[in-house]
Amino acid sequence: MKNYLTDDYTLRSWFFTTDHKRIAILYFASLILLFFIGGAAATMIRIELATPRADLVSSDTYNRLFTMHGIIMVWFFLIPSIPNTIGNFIVPLMIGARDLAFPRLNLASWYLFMLGAAITLLAIFMGGVDTGWTLYTPFSTLYSNSYVAVAAAGIFVAGFSSILTGLNFIVTIHKLRAPGLTWYRLPLFIWSLYATSVILVLATPVLAITLVLLAAERIFGIGVFDPRIGGDPLLFQHLFWFYSHPAVYIMILPGMGVVNELITCYSRKKIFGYKFVAWASLAIALAGFLVWGHHMFVSGQSLTASLVFSFMSFVVAVPSAIKVFNWTATLHKGTLRFDAPMLYALGFIGLFTMGGLTGLFLACLAFDVYATDTYFVVAHFHYIMVGGMVTAYFGGLHYWWPKITGRMYPEYWARAAAILIFLGFNLTFFPQFILGAEGMPRRYHVYPPEFQVWNVLSSGGATILAVAYLMPLFYLGYSIFFGAKAPANPWGATGLEWQTPSPPPKYNFERQPVVSAPPYDYEHAPEPQNV
Amino acid sequence: MSEPGDIAAHLSSPKQRDEVLELGMWTFLSTEILLFGGLVMTYMVYHHADPVSFAEAGRQTRIVIGTINTAVLLTSSFCVAAAIQAGQAGAVRPLKGLLVVAIVLGLIFLGLKGVEYAGEYSDHLVPGVDFAQSGPHAQGIRLFFIFYFLATGLHAIHLLCGIVVLIVFLRCARQVVRRPRYLAGLRTAGLYWHFIDVVWIFLYALIYLPGRSG
Amino acid sequence: MTSWRPSNGLFLCWAALMVLLALTVTLAYQPLGFFNFVVALAIATAKAGLVMIIFMELGNRPGLVRAFAGAGFFWLMILLWLGLMDFVTRA
Repeated sequence: MKNYLTDDYTLRSWFFTTDHKRIAILYFASLILLFFIGGAAATMIRIELATPRADLVSSDTYNRLFTMHGIIMVWFFLIPSIPNTIGNFIVPLMIGARDLAFPRLNLASWYLFMLGAAITLLAIFMGGVDTGWTLYTPFSTLYSNSYVAVAAAGIFVAGFSSILTGLNFIVTIHKLRAPGLTWYRLPLFIWSLYATSVILVLATPVLAITLVLLAAERIFGIGVFDPRIGGDPLLFQHLFWFYSHPAVYIMILPGMGVVNELITCYSRKKIFGYKFVAWASLAIALAGFLVWGHHMFVSGQSLTASLVFSFMSFVVAVPSAIKVFNWTATLHKGTLRFDAPMLYALGFIGLFTMGGLTGLFLACLAFDVYATDTYFVVAHFHYIMVGGMVTAYFGGLHYWWPKITGRMYPEYWARAAAILIFLGFNLTFFPQFILGAEGMPRRYHVYPPEFQVWNVLSSGGATILAVAYLMPLFYLGYSIFFGAKAPANPWGATGLEWQTPSPPPKYNFERQPVVSAPPYDYEHAPEPQNV
Repeated sequence: MSEPGDIAAHLSSPKQRDEVLELGMWTFLSTEILLFGGLVMTYMVYHHADPVSFAEAGRQTRIVIGTINTAVLLTSSFCVAAAIQAGQAGAVRPLKGLLVVAIVLGLIFLGLKGVEYAGEYSDHLVPGVDFAQSGPHAQGIRLFFIFYFLATGLHAIHLLCGIVVLIVFLRCARQVVRRPRYLAGLRTAGLYWHFIDVVWIFLYALIYLPGRSG
Repeated sequence: MTSWRPSNGLFLCWAALMVLLALTVTLAYQPLGFFNFVVALAIATAKAGLVMIIFMELGNRPGLVRAFAGAGFFWLMILLWLGLMDFVTRA
């Protein structure tokens, strides 16, 4: 019985594929490489920060390291991670379709992504960028002696990959659902990816034009952000954050989407408050566009604007909180199983909540004046991005691994890695809240000696985290060749993706599925299998 | 290569194909609104900072060319819309003729734009390349012309892509009576073309009209 | 074949667009102060509306399509409104 992997073995059939499942694999492989490049930068940062003095690298190199870490992790790992790997693979399966709406655009997305990554890596190997991933003017335009325009070009190209992905998902979800699959019967993963796609489509173009302005300023000296000729550097920040704040929701919404699937499956219960969770995703997408000025409280923005953005930042927390409450209520009186995906999901709920709450601290103007540009902010966003998003990515990866590869992963190794990731993560980043509260600025590689103990703890945690992230590389790789063969539905989960073989055939379903059941109908779901 | 109904393998009906194309194009056009929108934001910020300079800068644009170009684009939109109607009626010769006119009008637009750019270059109004204005409004004029060149340049690139697309549809215009997907595609391309027109309508108002009453 | 011609609606739309173009140019030369800007944008909006409703056929498309068409403009308004708020409220 042929499946999408065995259908054709030629290189041509992979690099010219329009099969969403193969494209997902292409992305997955690329993202592993990019994650480790970004991680290598983080490793050097944490080694340097283990001591108060500048031992390992110069200031200039350090600037380039954290910039490279930020650019790669944000644009070349976090943003594409769940949407382009799990999303590409699972969305058509989950809605009972044969592929995404525009399969060739999907392949174009991957090629654009790779081109963008190549250009950005070129910038890094030429010597890097030293402006921080935020590329603030006028430093980036007038004073930086680094490859800003090259990096901007790489990010610009990758942005179009994002836009095409979002476009594809939106049209697919609207028009390619199986008969009977109404919006309120959709798994919440789809609602989350839809909301993500709205942001991808509407925010990324503003980034694109901002990078054009940046590059034009840098290369031609047009002066659009140059205060000497009447330009306003804050215009750059407004344009940049109009995209980059919603971008963080691009990064977290898919993770939340995965968590819906995991919590329901491993509690064997339908989600509590389905409609609330569904609409909360859309509310996050919309409200996420109304808060960007909270990155600019100390930049010279007007007080009125700061007040409005601060207030809106409190508002945007509400739908996220609703989700957390609903997940918790779903767990209540569920038949819990603590398989690795569930461990990741539970970790997500706790760590995301901490990250989200500390975000509210930062949304308070008075506190932010004190905490901005300190390690408090660094800890806050790493709790959400790493503790939240990367955790959810790993959870989803494990959950759908049998479907994607047709193999079971080794459960005990997976649980060990999940626990190690959780411990390593907290040891790395919790001390950073303390460092920030005590006043250590971000982007500095020298610091007063009294901060060393927390930095050492953080670097120690990072070592554990590095090992923990390497573990799945080995046991998942092992499972591809030696893992037990997976049945169609090893977890006894609901959802159309589990009603086709593992791995799926090229066109996903033998016959077009027709849906009449509500979502998360765990009362009538098959039992999990012991494989 | 295509199934009965002339649809791709992953789609299930011609109606689905048409709806997918339509929604896909409107989604793409939304991205374009935000792309140009970032430039409009730049305009609005600097216009607010120094409206007098922007008025002065507006006076230096070539309103005759700009107005002719607007009329040219509006007419080309009419031609594309009419071409689609012709396609629906199976009238192949009018379809081709209208597409030819639309393409020619698009090329006229680009030609006039080139003339305009050459004039602005000789007037030393090109920031970053050759900008030499003096007086109290020089800074504001410079910021205006940054917007002008980036916005109209971006628009021209989009228009050029649109012309290429129309040429492709012109070349295979005979397919309109044989392949239903031709008309679906032409409709989609038409949406893009009209959108380029809409962008220009707003750019025209922002670029050529300020300061005329001064 | 030779009897086909574009619909009256298309001709009327084109004519209206030309009239609005002439109007906007004429009004641009009138001393209306700040309202010059407002009028120019208003007429532009009207022209864009005609193109979108008639040429782009939004006039007879389902609500979903119209929502998609409006979304971009709505989001642009967010950018302009909230963005300009800073610049307009600075001391």
